[in-house]
Amino acid sequence: MTQPAANCPNCGAKIVFRWSSSVQTVCEFCKSILVRTDVDLKKVGQVADLPPDSSPVQINTEGQYGNKAFVVVGRILYEYDQGGWNEWHVMLNDGTSAWLSDAQSEYALSLSSKAQNLPAVAQVHVGQQFTWRDQRYTVSVITPAHYRGVEGELPFQYWDKTDVTFVDLRTECGKFATLDYSDPEPALYLGEFVEFDALKLKNLRSFEGW
Amino acid sequence: MSAGAPPLSGPAKPQAKALNCPKCGAAITLRSFGQAETVVCGSCHSILDAKDRNLAILQQFEIKTSDIRPLIPLGTRGKLRDTDYEVIGFERRSSKVDGITYYWHEYVLFNPYKGIRYLSEYNGHWNDISICKQLPMADGSSANYLGEIYKHFQTSDADTDFVLGEFPWQVRVGEHAAVTDYVHPPRVLSSEKLDKEVTWSIGEYMYGGEVWEAFRLPGAPPEPVGVFENQPSPVTTNVAGAWVAFTAFAVFLLALMVGFDMRAKKEPVLHETYQYHRAESRGETSFVSDVFELAGHTSTVEVKTFAPVSNHWIYLNYALINQDTGQAWDFGREVSYYSGYDSDGSWAEGKRNDAVVIPSVPPGHYYLRIEPEADPSLPSIAYTVEVTHDVPVFGIYGIAFLALLAPVVIISFRAYTFERSRWSESDHPPMELSNMSSSSGDDA
Repeated sequence: MTQPAANCPNCGAKIVFRWSSSVQTVCEFCKSILVRTDVDLKKVGQVADLPPDSSPVQINTEGQYGNKAFVVVGRILYEYDQGGWNEWHVMLNDGTSAWLSDAQSEYALSLSSKAQNLPAVAQVHVGQQFTWRDQRYTVSVITPAHYRGVEGELPFQYWDKTDVTFVDLRTECGKFATLDYSDPEPALYLGEFVEFDALKLKNLRSFEGW
Repeated sequence: MSAGAPPLSGPAKPQAKALNCPKCGAAITLRSFGQAETVVCGSCHSILDAKDRNLAILQQFEIKTSDIRPLIPLGTRGKLRDTDYEVIGFERRSSKVDGITYYWHEYVLFNPYKGIRYLSEYNGHWNDISICKQLPMADGSSANYLGEIYKHFQTSDADTDFVLGEFPWQVRVGEHAAVTDYVHPPRVLSSEKLDKEVTWSIGEYMYGGEVWEAFRLPGAPPEPVGVFENQPSPVTTNVAGAWVAFTAFAVFLLALMVGFDMRAKKEPVLHETYQYHRAESRGETSFVSDVFELAGHTSTVEVKTFAPVSNHWIYLNYALINQDTGQAWDFGREVSYYSGYDSDGSWAEGKRNDAVVIPSVPPGHYYLRIEPEADPSLPSIAYTVEVTHDVPVFGIYGIAFLALLAPVVIISFRAYTFERSRWSESDHPPMELSNMSSSSGDDA
């Protein structure tokens, strides 16, 4: 696989896409948010400095999900009234894109999933149950969140958000679902909670004194 | 695939942050690299916004006592489940049940990779706690978590009345939550309801000594008081299993008894009635029986004596003598029977018959030498002597039975008293206790 390359229209730095399906990336040097068009890269915005972050995961962290290796290529950072969390965009070695969410060191891996008749945000309440792919999910928390920034490569354009609502659903068996109301059309992600040790993460950040 | 990735211009290595309290100026260390939501000043007890660059004051609380001190100081590192954790926060919580306030303590533990865990301590009992990743299924009386059944123990309101250090949530003094505990020793499953949000956590019992070792603390941990809700029973034996094993042994013993009883010949070799006359008994009274043969192998010999005494005694000095070798077994048997009336009614004492078994008598020709003695007031009596060869002996089975029964009974009793102590502190006290207490919320 050849890695598509281009130059940052803002500062001229070389932009390398690690994942061929990436739609958006952030220039590592000038923090311009770049969106791929058919011919070149277009600057659509600028990332403000991201707040100090406690996640041990970073861009280029490698890991293992089941029998598939993955590498972290991007992230979206959110804040809510009880703190912040990261949605790390990871690329599995079979080419699929997945999300490793890290909320205060609680890790879950999920994939974008298609489902019919997803509920509108106003119709959802805690305790409500949904069944997707023969699995029953219970709404555990509805989080009004605030988009805080992006980094690296993403599979879609995501940069002009403000307030977004997330609905987390849990099961009795460790499976997990998120309804993402960032866009007018809700998006469903299905996945499961994963143990830190099971991810066999490499290339993590180091913390002073640890 | 990711080879040749460009160099990172990532943020600098996170460090523990040193700041000052905006209220009193005391030094404040943020140990959790931004995971904390709130941090409490150790000197003026202001609750500060840990996310705020200037540590905005969120709440201030007064402490009524100065002796609330964490047993594990903030900043102490220890090893739990093979992971290093640092104590970053401490809170005291209280709960009022039947007018009595109970206090317990919670420690927030932090590892930058593994995240947050908790330790709780109540009266010297410790629990290693983490937030549930799976959703338990609960009804009023039990909860199912990862396929295991937890029994409802207690529901109570928990107040937070003292906080220190960092918390990964917005902590406030005076806040109260509804806490429900379900137990499956050594684990406890707890739901904590604050406003609309329900948080489930799973705890595992730890002994003070284990905590002291994990955090290398000086001195000795506080002695645990009483039995805690999820404390593992000291009776590690499976009580039901012990009874099953005991029953199996008892059946085996019974089978042995039946087997030996069926194999025993129970052969009568002598049956004689002799007369005793006091008038004749001056001088030598002993006499010998007819000779009888004990055939076959070395076995038991039973000698039975019957005398129709009434408020008298008769004493027989026996000797079983081998005619061929002269070997003798001497033994004395008393037969006495007394009865009468007194203020309590009728009474009776003793028996008119007696039996004794002589073990391991070799085969051969034998006779009995008998020397009777009797109550001086007894003029004469007829008594019967019966000798049986090869009788089964059951006494040893009784001893074996009791020797097996005793430990099972002791184990059962210990298990029972421990569980009783455990549940007497719950919303579902054992019967006798719930009858005594005025209020009872038993829904079992």
